[in-house]
Amino acid sequence: MNNTSNTPLIHISKKKELPWYASWGIRLVAILAAIVLCAIVTMVLTGDNPGQVFSTMLYGAFGTRRKRWVLAQETSLLLCVSLALTPAFRMRFWNLGGEGQILAGGLACAACMILLGNKIPNAALIAVMTVASIGAGAVWALIPAICKAKWNTNETLFTLMMNYVATQLVAYFSIIWEVPKGAGQIGIINQSTESGWLPQVGPHKYFLNVLIVLILTVVMAVYMKYSKHGYEVLVVGESENTARYVGISVKKVIIRTLLLSGAICGLAGLLLVGGTHHTITTTVAGGRGFTAVMVAWLAKFNPFAMIASSLLLTFFSQGANEISTVFGLNHSFGDILTGIVLFFIIGSEFFIQYKIHFRKKSAVSESGKEA
Amino acid sequence: MFDLISFIPRAVAQSIPLLYGCTGETITEKSGNLNLGIPGVMYVGAISGVIGSFLYEQSAGDQMNGFLTIFIPMACCLLGSLLMGLLYCFLTVTMRANQNVTGLAMTTFGVGFGNFFGGSLIKLSGSEVPSIALSATSRAFSRSLPFAANLGWFGKIFLSYGFLAYLAIAIALTASYVLKHTRTGLQLRAVGESPATADAAGISITKYKYFTTCIGCMIAGLGGLYYVMDYACGVWSNDAFGDRGWLAIALVIFTIWRPNVSILASMLFGGLYILYLYIPSGMNLSMKEIYKMFPYLVTIIVLVISSMRNKRENQPPASLGLNYFREDR
Amino acid sequence: MDSQIPAVRMQNITKTFGKVTANKDVNLDIRRGEILALLGENGSGKTTLMNMLSGIYYPDSGSIYIDGKEADIGSPREAFSYGIGMIHQHFKLVDVLTAAENIILGLKEEGRLNLDAAEKRIREICSTYGFEVDPKQKIYDMSVSQKQTVEIVKVLYRGADILILDEPTAVLTPQETERLFDVLRNMRADGKAVVIITHKLREVEEISDRVAVLRKGEYVGELKTSETNAQEMTDMMVGHAVSLNIERPEPKDPKPRIEVKNLSVRSSDGIRKLTDVSFDIRTGEILGIAGISGSGQKELLESVTGLQPVESGSITYIEDDGSRRELIGMDPRHIQAMGVSLAFVPEDRLGMGLVGSMNITDNMMLRSYRGGHTVFTNRKPPKALADRVVRELEVVTPGLTTPVQRLSGGNVQKVLVGREIASAPTVLLTAYAVRGLDINSSYTIYNLLNEQKKEGVAVVYVGEDLDVLIELCDRILVLSGGRVSGIVDGRTADKNEIGLMMTKAGGEAHE
Repeated sequence: MNNTSNTPLIHISKKKELPWYASWGIRLVAILAAIVLCAIVTMVLTGDNPGQVFSTMLYGAFGTRRKRWVLAQETSLLLCVSLALTPAFRMRFWNLGGEGQILAGGLACAACMILLGNKIPNAALIAVMTVASIGAGAVWALIPAICKAKWNTNETLFTLMMNYVATQLVAYFSIIWEVPKGAGQIGIINQSTESGWLPQVGPHKYFLNVLIVLILTVVMAVYMKYSKHGYEVLVVGESENTARYVGISVKKVIIRTLLLSGAICGLAGLLLVGGTHHTITTTVAGGRGFTAVMVAWLAKFNPFAMIASSLLLTFFSQGANEISTVFGLNHSFGDILTGIVLFFIIGSEFFIQYKIHFRKKSAVSESGKEA
Repeated sequence: MFDLISFIPRAVAQSIPLLYGCTGETITEKSGNLNLGIPGVMYVGAISGVIGSFLYEQSAGDQMNGFLTIFIPMACCLLGSLLMGLLYCFLTVTMRANQNVTGLAMTTFGVGFGNFFGGSLIKLSGSEVPSIALSATSRAFSRSLPFAANLGWFGKIFLSYGFLAYLAIAIALTASYVLKHTRTGLQLRAVGESPATADAAGISITKYKYFTTCIGCMIAGLGGLYYVMDYACGVWSNDAFGDRGWLAIALVIFTIWRPNVSILASMLFGGLYILYLYIPSGMNLSMKEIYKMFPYLVTIIVLVISSMRNKRENQPPASLGLNYFREDR
Repeated sequence: MDSQIPAVRMQNITKTFGKVTANKDVNLDIRRGEILALLGENGSGKTTLMNMLSGIYYPDSGSIYIDGKEADIGSPREAFSYGIGMIHQHFKLVDVLTAAENIILGLKEEGRLNLDAAEKRIREICSTYGFEVDPKQKIYDMSVSQKQTVEIVKVLYRGADILILDEPTAVLTPQETERLFDVLRNMRADGKAVVIITHKLREVEEISDRVAVLRKGEYVGELKTSETNAQEMTDMMVGHAVSLNIERPEPKDPKPRIEVKNLSVRSSDGIRKLTDVSFDIRTGEILGIAGISGSGQKELLESVTGLQPVESGSITYIEDDGSRRELIGMDPRHIQAMGVSLAFVPEDRLGMGLVGSMNITDNMMLRSYRGGHTVFTNRKPPKALADRVVRELEVVTPGLTTPVQRLSGGNVQKVLVGREIASAPTVLLTAYAVRGLDINSSYTIYNLLNEQKKEGVAVVYVGEDLDVLIELCDRILVLSGGRVSGIVDGRTADKNEIGLMMTKAGGEAHE
C-alpha cells in the first residue's frame, strides 16, 4: 500500500551544541508564541481584545503589593519542591511522589501544632515541627528508595502510589482532628494563640518562606556542582556501572539522595502548613509535586534557572486566575494556559537539538543525471 | 454480612474505566511510549462526550434519535482523545521531546480542559448544583438487556451493565489477541523492544508509534466516557473522575503488559476501590479513609513483589520511555 | 565479467554527520557471482557507505544504480525491495522474540501470521546452505555465532541477492569463520553478490575476489585479490607503509603479583561463567587472555577488581615483601583503601570506565574525587592531570570541557588509559584495549602497555586479535567456555593452536 518512493523530503539531523544564548533565545521565542496562542484562546472565550487580556494577566501577577507577595510566595514554594526533585532526577530516579512527600511533611507539622500547641514554648514547638516535617517527608521518599535500591522496583509508580496513601492519611486525620465535630476538616490550627505558626520575619508574612527557599537554592546549586555527594549523584545517574567501577555504593547513593529529596519536600510541607495556611487539607500540596517536575526539567536541572521557570509557571497560573475571575471563567482555565505554554516549550527543545533540512526532490534527480 | 451480589456489579462498574485506561496504556507502552498523559486523555475523552451529548440534548429536545444519542458522544469522545494522542505523538515522536514531561503536561492540560469546559457547561445550563446531568443520554448508555432483571443473581452479576462495559472486555481481548497472534502485534512488540532492529527490518517506527498511541488514547478516552455516561449516570461534576487515570497506568505494570490479565486485575482493583463501602465501620467515618488506601497499597505490594522475582518475560518493553532517532550515533 | 552491468553502482556518494565527513565522492561497483572485500581502517567510512545501500542512512549527494537503473533507497524496506540485505556488526535482533519471529519481522506477507510455514522455510534455507538454527529458540538464549546465523538466514529469507556483511568474523573463532566462509562461497556459486566489510587482510586474501579500499571516507581504489599482496593493501589502507611489528621487551625478573586459584563464578541469573580457573599475573610481564567473546573474560577481570561476586576460589595479592592479601569479598573502594593499586581499563569505555556526558576533567576525578577532608571536591589536581594526558597522549579534543562522548573512539581510550596509568598502579588490567581504534592509536596503546611492563607493572591484556596477542604478550592464557584450556608462551605460540584451544572444552561448560 505504501510503496510510493519516499525520498525524505524533510531530513532531520542532530545539531552541534548551541551557545547558551541561542538555546535560551529559542525557548523565549516559544514562550512568546505560546503567549500569542493563549491570547487568541482567551479572546475566543471572552471576546475581549488581547491587550486587555495581557494587562489583566500582568495585573493578576504584579498588580498590587499583595499580589506581588503572593507571586513570590507561590514561586518560592514551587521552586522549593523543584529543588527537592532535582538531585533525584539527576540520578535518573523519577520521583513523582513530591505531592505525597509534601503531604507527609505537612501532616507531621500539623500533628505537632495540634498535639503540642500551647503546651511547650513556641520556639521549641517550631523546632520540633521542623524536625518532624523534614523527617516525615524523608521517610515518605525513603520507602520507595529502599525498594529501588534493593530490588530495582519501578520508582515512578511507587512514588505515585505513595501520593495517594499520603492523601488518605491526611483525610483520616482530618476526621480525627476535625473542628468542629462533623466538619470533616481541621480548620485553622491555634488561630487565637498562633502557636506553632512560623514567625513573621522582615517586611511581610511571606518573606520568611521566600528567604528560606532562596538560601536553599544556593545550597542546592553548590551541593550539586561542588560537593562529593553531588558528584556521586551525577555518576550514578549517568551510569551505574561506572559508579560500581569506581567503588561508589549505588544503593547508598540512591537512599541518601532520596532522603534529601524527601526531606526538602517535607520542608515545603512545613512552609505550607506552618508558614502559610496553618491548616492541612488533602489538596494542600496543590499539584506542586507534578508541576515541579516540569519546572526542574525546563530549567535543565539548574537551580538558578529554576527560579525563572518556576516564576514563569506561577506567573501564568496567577495571571490566568485573574482572567478567570475578571471574565467569570472557571479557574481551571489556568491549567489550560499552563498546558499550552508547556507544550510550546517542550516542542522548542526540538529546535535546540536538531536541525531540519528540506530536500528538493528535483535537485536530487538532477544531480543524478549529471553524473 | 458481606453482600456479594451487590458488591460484584459495583466492583465491575468501577473497574471498566480502569480497564479502558489500562488497555489503552498497555498497547501504547508496547510501542515504547510511556504516556503519563493518560489521566488527562481520559478527562478530555469524557468532557468531549459530555459536550457532544449536551449540545445534542439541547438541540434535539424531545425528539432524540436513539442511534445519534449514542453515536454523537462516542464520536466526540474518540475525536477528543485522538487529538490528545496526536499531540503526544507529535511532541514525542516527531519532535522527540521527553516523554515523562510531555505526559505530565498533557495531564495538567487535559484535567484543566475537562474541568474548564465542565464548569462552563454547568454555568450554561444554569443548574443549582455544581454538576451537569445528561439523563437521556445516560439512559441510552446504561441500558442493559431487557431480560437481565428477570435472571436473579446471574443477571445482576453478568448482564446488568451498559454496552460500553462489554465493549471494554471485547477490546481487551482483541488487543491481547492482536499482540500475541498477529503480524501487526509481532511488529509492534519489536518496535517497543528494539526500535533500531525494527527499523532495520523495514518497519516504520513513526507509523507504529503514532498509530498505537492514538488508538491507545482513544481506548482510554472511552473509559472517561463510560465513567460519565454509565457509572455516574450522566452527571458530570468537576474532579469527580479523580485519580483513576493514574491507577490505570499502575495497572499496566500490575498486569505485566497483558490486556487479558487486565480484565481480572481491573475488577480486583474496582473491588478494592469500593471495598470501604462494604466494610462495616459503624459511626467511625475516619476508618473509611484508611480503607480507601487499599488499591494503592495493593499496587505497591504487587510492584515490590514482582520486582523481587525478576523474570525475563515480565520486563517492560526494553525501549519504554526512550525516543528513537535513526541517525543517533 | 567486466562487461556485465554491475548489481550495484554507487556514484559520487557523500555523507556527512555534522562536521564529520564520513564519505566523500565515493564510487563503487558490486557485481554478481563475486565476493567483494571492502577494506579500510576503523573510521574509514566502510560501514556508513554500506548503510546507505541498506537504507539506514540517506546520502547527502550522489546516486545509486541497481542493475543499471537509478535507485532511491529511503528506508531498509526499500533496500529489501532491491534485493539488498545487510548483516550488521551489532546484531539487529529482538532479544525476547524467537529466531523465527525475528526472521519474519517486517515482512509484508498476505494473510494471517503463520509461524509454522515460516519455520518450515527457515529449515529449508538452513539445509541448502548448511546452517543450524532452531526457529523456536529465543534470541537471548543464543550464542554470538548462532545470532549471526539468524541474521544471515533473515536476509536470505527475504530473497536478498546482494548481501553485505559488516565485520562478520569479529566475534567468531577461526573454525566458525571457516564455516562462514564456506557458506559465502556457496552463495557466490549461487550467483549472489557478496560484500564483506573488514580490516583483516588475511580474510581479504582468503575469501574475496576483488578488494576495494577506503581511507578516511574516500575511495582509494580497487584491486583483484589474486594480483595483490598484504603489503600493497596495507599501504593503500593506511596511506603510508607501517611496520607491523609490535615491540616486546624481555620481562625483567617476573614475580607473581596476583595468584588466582580455583576461581568459580556464576552470573546473577545463576549461569556458570568461570569454572575452576587458576593462574598467576606476574610483575614486568604482559599476560594475554584469548578466547571467543563471552568466554568469561569480563567476569575474570571483574572478579579481580572486586566488581563481580565470586562463588568459590581465591584471589591473592602478593606484595613486594611477599605478604599476601585476599581480594575476594572486597569492593573496589576497599581494595583501594587497602593500598592495593589496581588499574582497570574495561571493555565498555563509556558505559563503565568513563561517564560519557562529563568532560575530561570530571572523568579524571572519578578515581580521585574522594581525596581531601572537606565535603567538597577539588578540581585542581584532576584538571592538571587532564592537561597532562591530553598533551602527552595527543588527545584530539576541542577542549577540556568537551563531554568525552563527543570524542572519537581512540581519543576516548587515551583518556581512559591515561587516567588509569596515572594512579601508578602495580597491576594494570585491560579489556579489548584497541577495539575500534585506528592503527596509530592502537600503537600508542601498545607502547603505553609496554612502558608499564618495563616499570614492573603486572599487565593483563584481554584481546580478540590473535596476531596482536602473539606479538605483544609474554604468556597467553586461553579461555574456553569459562575454563582455562591452556597457558602458552607468546614467543612460540601458534595461531591455529590457540584457535583450537579457544573451542576446546567449550561444550562442557554448559552441562
